[in-house]
Amino acid sequence: MPKPRPRVALFVTCLVDLYRPSVGFAAIKLLEAAGCQVEVPEMQTCCGQPAYNSGDRATARDLARPVIDAFLPYDYTVVPSGSCGGMISHHYPGLFDDQDPYYRGRAEALAAKTHELISFLTDVMGMAAVKAHYDGIVTYHDSCSGLRELGIKAQPRKLLAGVEGVAMREMAEAETCCGFGGTFCVKYPEISTRMVGDKVKDIQATGADTLLAGDLGCLLNMAGKLHREGVPVRVRHVAEVLAGMTGDVAPIGEQRG
Amino acid sequence: MVHLTSPAFKQNAARAMADPGLQQALARSKASFPGKRTAAVAALPEFEALRDIGRDIKNHTLANLDWYLETYAAQVERAGGVVHWCSTADDARAAVLEICRKAGAKTVTKGKSMISEELGVNEHLETHGITPVETDLGEYILQLRKEPPSHIIGPAFHLNREDWEESFREMHTDLPKDRVFGERRDILVEARTRLRSKFLAADVGITGANFLIAETGSSVIVTNEGNGDLTQTLPRVHVVLASIEKMVPTLEDATSLLRLLARSATGQDFSVYTTFSTGVRRQGDLDGPEEYHVVLLDGGRSNMIGTEFQEMLRCIRCAACMNHCPVYGVTGGHAYGWVYPGPMGSVLTPTLVGVEKAGHLPNASTFCGKCESVCPVKIPLPKLMRHWREREFERHLSPAAYRRNLGLWAWFAKRPSMYRLATRFATGALGLLARGKGSFTSLPLAGGWTEGRDLPAPEPGGTFMQRYARQQRATRG
Repeated sequence: MPKPRPRVALFVTCLVDLYRPSVGFAAIKLLEAAGCQVEVPEMQTCCGQPAYNSGDRATARDLARPVIDAFLPYDYTVVPSGSCGGMISHHYPGLFDDQDPYYRGRAEALAAKTHELISFLTDVMGMAAVKAHYDGIVTYHDSCSGLRELGIKAQPRKLLAGVEGVAMREMAEAETCCGFGGTFCVKYPEISTRMVGDKVKDIQATGADTLLAGDLGCLLNMAGKLHREGVPVRVRHVAEVLAGMTGDVAPIGEQRG
Repeated sequence: MVHLTSPAFKQNAARAMADPGLQQALARSKASFPGKRTAAVAALPEFEALRDIGRDIKNHTLANLDWYLETYAAQVERAGGVVHWCSTADDARAAVLEICRKAGAKTVTKGKSMISEELGVNEHLETHGITPVETDLGEYILQLRKEPPSHIIGPAFHLNREDWEESFREMHTDLPKDRVFGERRDILVEARTRLRSKFLAADVGITGANFLIAETGSSVIVTNEGNGDLTQTLPRVHVVLASIEKMVPTLEDATSLLRLLARSATGQDFSVYTTFSTGVRRQGDLDGPEEYHVVLLDGGRSNMIGTEFQEMLRCIRCAACMNHCPVYGVTGGHAYGWVYPGPMGSVLTPTLVGVEKAGHLPNASTFCGKCESVCPVKIPLPKLMRHWREREFERHLSPAAYRRNLGLWAWFAKRPSMYRLATRFATGALGLLARGKGSFTSLPLAGGWTEGRDLPAPEPGGTFMQRYARQQRATRG
């Protein structure tokens, strides 16, 4: 059983920090509604995944150590991203394999109590419903790391089902990669663009007016392609809808007005 | 040997994406294989447990590979066969040629074998006056078209029916003009007619092997066309081309892996033909070759043992990883530029031809993880591709500009207060540039992104950390 009012450290992620602060505030609101006491450790920058996936383990380790030090004291670390959450909960320990048993142990301890936001709300805090309203036909993209590393599939759908005004419409190939892939999207832009183009066709075919997902990288990619193709679909992080904060900020890639 | 074009992966991919025929063929594959596999897996409740068994069989074999290889070789010899130990591709090509020469072979029939592609057996035999004839339907058309395979189980998946017709009309010059190739059956009939006499005339039959069994000295092939059986039973001499990691300890282990193989590959419970071959024809046997040779190739594989790439040697060549790969799904197999495409090729090719030549392949992945999730022997393909990126980074093989940008970003990311300043500046600057619109259609230094899609502008109002600090100050009063 979780302790009463667990102390939760929010790992904001570099993309949310830079691109979409509302996702961070939505996360805080949802965590508090679930009964958590939320803090945002000040030293955080990036989990190190870009370095890790570029083969630069030394830099990844240098970035992981201060994250481990800052987040380990809390009951839980929660991340509004399956990709960054997976980096901490699945990849941090391996960074310190044999060379650094001290940090290996600490990384394992942190990994064990690090969760992606939505699955934390449902699976750890036992949240069954949110109080929110959103008028829209929603289709949901399963981001790869969240889906395959962390098993996130039913959780966001379960919470969305309780949002007043939401009608879900699944797309074909919801589990197929959108082509973002971190630095892949700029290393192989033509392939990446083709992949997200296919994704846009699947989104369009649903007739949904809103696309949601739990990872900002994928959302920026899909929003950018939808916008380029002139497809009028509103794109948001799922936390914005669940927190009832869609009135505070325009959809991704759109101007408030 | 397949001409290596992996260094030109990007150009290959661009060409592939601009080829409507290829895209049509890829769409057909994508609509077919994943669904068939899913159905086959759903019909076998113990499939997940079988994957663990498959992984464990292969791990055990690799941990004791020397012993199993020796046991296997002894069993082959007991059954009257000969094992040709070949450390390099050159050794293996020479061994095949030598066997064919001794048999006085003029034509050689061949079952599908990726090792043969790796070695370039056809070119080698042709150079020495021996005619190889591919008997797998896909390989047959590729031989006519002088093209390499684009897929490890469906070598000609990249072709459409019209391509087959075109090649037949061009190469089978005696074809009547009014001959109709309306459906797949017509293609089959034409190929079968041409091949029948070749099967009967061949002096040597060369096949690959899906498994080599230490317990009995047997080799196993699976096909859906029966061409493998005709290739190995009709000629006087049977040559098995196989690499060392095809080894499994027992018949039972082979059958466990066979239960995984076809389901993962084509969604069949079993391939139409599964053939076990052991040694030469004995007195009283109804069929079987007079000579049975195994050309056993190392070709760089033993160097993988004991390294972070050892797990790759578990691969049973089912092609599930490429059938499910979203990158393969848009580029097709030829873009990868060597024998093995898709995720398994992205790990294996750098090992066999050198990462300095095949460095693109492990980078051309989004790490979506789909390949690992369908691998019947649970090879952690994204992890192994990441290991290649580490090797490239260590050896300074990744592009200099990319390393510079990564280094610059890392310098800031390691210094939170500098990072705050930089991100504040960045969101501020992007905010100014984006004034009046929510997305950029182009942006200096972001051409890779904005070539094919817009770049959403940051939400106005500053970074999260800025706004959060402001909020905290306000609450504290």
